[in-house]
Amino acid sequence: MSLAKRIIPCLDVDDGRVVKGVQFVDIRDAGDPIEVAKRYDLQGADEITFLDITATHHDRDTMLHVVEAVASQVFIPLTVGGGIRTVDDIRRMLNAGADKVGINSAAVKNPEFVKEAAEKFGSQCIVVAIDAKKVSTDEELDKWEIFTHGGRQPTGIDAIEWAKKMVTYGAGEILLTSMDKDGTKSGFDLELTKAVSDAVDVPVIASGGVGKLQDLTDGIKLGHADAVLAASIFHFGEHTVGEAKQQMASQGIEVRL
Amino acid sequence: MRRIAVIDYGMGNLRSVSKALETVSKQSSIKITADPQVIQAASHIVFPGVGAIRDCMLELKNLELIEVITQVAREKPFLGICLGMQALLSRSEENSGIDTLNIFPGNVKHFDITTDKMGQRLKVPHMGWNKVKQTYKHPLWNNIEQDSRFYFVHSYFASPDSDDVIAGTSDYPDSFAAALYRDNIFAAQFHPEKSQRSGLQLLENFVNWDGQS
Repeated sequence: MSLAKRIIPCLDVDDGRVVKGVQFVDIRDAGDPIEVAKRYDLQGADEITFLDITATHHDRDTMLHVVEAVASQVFIPLTVGGGIRTVDDIRRMLNAGADKVGINSAAVKNPEFVKEAAEKFGSQCIVVAIDAKKVSTDEELDKWEIFTHGGRQPTGIDAIEWAKKMVTYGAGEILLTSMDKDGTKSGFDLELTKAVSDAVDVPVIASGGVGKLQDLTDGIKLGHADAVLAASIFHFGEHTVGEAKQQMASQGIEVRL
Repeated sequence: MRRIAVIDYGMGNLRSVSKALETVSKQSSIKITADPQVIQAASHIVFPGVGAIRDCMLELKNLELIEVITQVAREKPFLGICLGMQALLSRSEENSGIDTLNIFPGNVKHFDITTDKMGQRLKVPHMGWNKVKQTYKHPLWNNIEQDSRFYFVHSYFASPDSDDVIAGTSDYPDSFAAALYRDNIFAAQFHPEKSQRSGLQLLENFVNWDGQS
């Protein structure tokens, strides 16, 4: 088996600028998503994800230009998430050069949208993004619920059941973020990752909580993830994607070096 | 000057393919087109595609492209990519069975859901960077190292009747045809336009290819 596990740097974009502070000493404009994407491509990123964090109409047009510019210079798969609500949103992103789109709140609001999108564009470009929070107590069996609106709005939907349902609706991949872990730098929620990854036939991308290189390896080995997504560990120049891959390879994980 | 036609039949975004071709061949003229005359006038043909095979064949019929594709596939350097490769076989299992262009006798089959040696479930689609073993010394592999990784995303794979048309293989978990060739045709299951350096090299080799295998 030689399929590599993937490392996916994520760029949060607001009005055409990378936010959450990217700090590379040697690039001129660390807020420019094109420069940042090129840097990650050089480091060996397997894909790049752009997350439009505000996703107003004006922002979406800006995002289209960002995707167009990146896709003309960076020849690896690109995913765009944030504010994808209609078939037309998807079409415009794909035409601009995105390979996949991430659908989150719009799927919860109307699951049929995922079905429609997968039928129209193919499952390979439909990533369903799931934000999950643990809702069980320590004495209970593990249970995670999905939340929307950046983790503020509970839905009452079980995360694992939802992931399975989204796959039957045509999701080609699941981007799974632990709201408990996001921003904590304490590692992925490995139980959640493993539970979802073992429950579905499509690839699962683990997200939320990466603070050190070992967290990425753990996400693959213990969480059974097919890909790992991280932002700050790479943005602040603490580690390069290449270092992360070396570390994973040293523990027996197949990576693209 | 090379005149490259990228066949546009509404199946997926062709911008990445044409941008990648532009990057490796600044002097070429690259046209994204569904016009049979433009396709016939081109020196090189790229036949890409993502999505489902039924829609693919329907669109090719609706746009009256089947005849011209079959014709140029006999005459000019021709590169099929992903669904554009699968469409070249005789028949696909997808969508309950669809007859395809029959340029390479054989079938397109679905990956079985299975586990790897570690007991971990193998996911379908087969998505990500896999090694490609070059099994035939084809000009399109020039300057690409043996076992280089390319980007794949697919749930079906080509199973040609004859092994003699296989130019490269990958494992998932069993060996399957990652690239096919015959005369002036080369077809890749992976996406060269998304496979960074190795992919761009393959596209550059294609642009400079005279169509001899």
